[in-house]
Amino acid sequence: MTVQSAAPGAAEKELARREHTPGQRIQHLLHQHPALSPAIILLLTVVCFTAVNSRFSNPAALSLLVQQTAVIAALAVGQTLIILTAGIDLSVGAITILSTMVMATLAAENGWPAGLALAAGVVLGLLAGALNGILVTRIGLPPFIVTLGTLSIFTAIALLYSGGQSIQNNRLPALLNWTGDGFAIGRFTITTGVLIVIGLYLVLGFALSQTAWGRHVYAVGDDPEAARLSGVRSRRVLFSVYAVAGLIYGIAGWALIGRAGAASPNAIVDANLDSITAVVIGGTSLFGGRGGLLGTLLGALIVQAFTIGLSLAGVDAQYRLFAVGVLVIVAVSVDQWIRKVRS
Amino acid sequence: MHFITRTARLSVAAVALTGLLALTACGGSDGNSVAGANDKIGVSLITKDSSNPFFVAMQKGAKEEAAKNNVDLTVASGKADGDEQGQVQAIENAIAQGQKGILITPNGPGVNSAIKKARDAGLYVIALDTPPDPADTVDITFATDNFEAGKLIGQWTAKQLGGKPATIALLDLFNDKVVSVDYNRDQGFLTGLGVDTKDAKKNGDEAKSGSYGSGSYTIVCNEPTKGAEDGGRSAMENCLTKNSNINVVYTINEPAAVGAYNALKAAGKTSGVLVVSVDGGCAGVKSVKDGVIGATSQQYPLKMASLGVESIAKIARGGDKPKNSDGLDFFNTGVALVTDKAAPGVTSIDTAKAGTLCWG
Repeated sequence: MTVQSAAPGAAEKELARREHTPGQRIQHLLHQHPALSPAIILLLTVVCFTAVNSRFSNPAALSLLVQQTAVIAALAVGQTLIILTAGIDLSVGAITILSTMVMATLAAENGWPAGLALAAGVVLGLLAGALNGILVTRIGLPPFIVTLGTLSIFTAIALLYSGGQSIQNNRLPALLNWTGDGFAIGRFTITTGVLIVIGLYLVLGFALSQTAWGRHVYAVGDDPEAARLSGVRSRRVLFSVYAVAGLIYGIAGWALIGRAGAASPNAIVDANLDSITAVVIGGTSLFGGRGGLLGTLLGALIVQAFTIGLSLAGVDAQYRLFAVGVLVIVAVSVDQWIRKVRS
Repeated sequence: MHFITRTARLSVAAVALTGLLALTACGGSDGNSVAGANDKIGVSLITKDSSNPFFVAMQKGAKEEAAKNNVDLTVASGKADGDEQGQVQAIENAIAQGQKGILITPNGPGVNSAIKKARDAGLYVIALDTPPDPADTVDITFATDNFEAGKLIGQWTAKQLGGKPATIALLDLFNDKVVSVDYNRDQGFLTGLGVDTKDAKKNGDEAKSGSYGSGSYTIVCNEPTKGAEDGGRSAMENCLTKNSNINVVYTINEPAAVGAYNALKAAGKTSGVLVVSVDGGCAGVKSVKDGVIGATSQQYPLKMASLGVESIAKIARGGDKPKNSDGLDFFNTGVALVTDKAAPGVTSIDTAKAGTLCWG
């Protein structure tokens, strides 16, 4: 699976071979494979925490790591797309909660058939994302401002609509709970929700690396003016990115119901920052045009591994915050350093 | 420059719309200065936020009581739990309108100085739900005794265990900030169970194993849940990873308990595990009825608010001020243990009765 940016051209490879110092060679390696540094960090994290507590890497614990990461990892797919275009999305959690509450309420309170309620929730996510897209591309507002505004708007609608009340899974149809069902391979449990999230990564990973749309997303993020001059319809690409992200949040909302065992207006309170953190630690540049989904997936796993690992070791939560903060700074520093390879 | 003109036009429209909203909002308020027997009395209810069903219940209780007592009630809140500034503004509005009193669930110490300003201006201030720190910041607090709420579920748990070893998971609210509701319920639970808690204002400083009176205990974890289902689930999973023999699960509130139960279910470990909680909302009572939660302590937000409105109306018309309950620094609005498996020696009500008293 190739889910990083398009492979560098032959000329660039030739250039890489001629570099001399080891530092430059590492720089080139990291440049070619943006997911390499998060992969190394994840490996170190797992090794270190296993050394502290051997329970950390038994299959049951590793399957928990995967399940606990799934929803944030799904949200981070949408966030990656938007950050690749040099944007940012602060409305991630709000759209997800809105979709969740709408699909659950329609099914539990209004008697909608499960499939229809689910579709309505996902489509609402798509529309919410499209609204962000319209505001960014047609009105020309900065993504930060747009999503800051829609964060409040969607949160308010979700709270007003749900009356602040959770809807528990025993009131929900099987289809909405389905994402929480799972099967075990030995002691490793996989839920349907996890499979759906993996599916999102595969589909979007393919779209980013193998389609014209994907190349345009990178191009728009790298240099929108150059992209426009070379015939990319920048605004249309940008709009599609926000709409697709919204669609992903809607699907993630479905995964969240199975995960939490309820549709709750108070779930995933830290989703916005967590998704951005996963993307940044995963090596995608906040300045756009560089990075990819494999890195994001690793980034999300790293953050959750710290949470479980430190909890197992009996360490206070503040140390996780501290470690994640350091990782974010290191990740951005590495990104800046790698960028020098281009100049 | 197409965009500039369009943006400019939009800005004008936005400003006009905001102005219109502000005008509408201002329409209904006029202050009172005299408190005759038949005059309307201005009272503000300021909750932490306006979406939590607990606070929605409070607003309902206050509105009903206001109608009975000829009180002109203003309902305000912070934008979210923790929004101190929003509450400060609501307090300033109450003073400006010449109201007689304020009912507030303070979002934090940041509102203390505004409360002092209100009291200096002659308003009677009652805190609801949780006493502020220090408690004498307000005239009086009407609240649930959260320590007692925890103690009841602890005593119930001890009776259910009947001397069997207790392997305990403590699913708290936060572990990155210290909140009184968090330590009062957690430490109350351990006290009720019979565990020596050391400092009653500090979670997690008790011995990790020892005796709870009639048997031995092991505390596996203190994990944060943020009071929501997804947090409760992750917290319980992490605890089970540490020790899969957990048979007692304390949870800060019912959504966290639901999440914990789902983690137990996924691990195939629901049988023989006692899940206890605090709140007593209608959804929580139903969880007890369904067997998801063994016992919960019910609190009464409606009563807090209606008593509050009644008291201020009385004081403004020359009546007596309420007094703290014996031995407490607040007025106790009561708590009841809700369970369908009554334990001998622990007073409780069943889910049928609790269903008629629940809120949300």
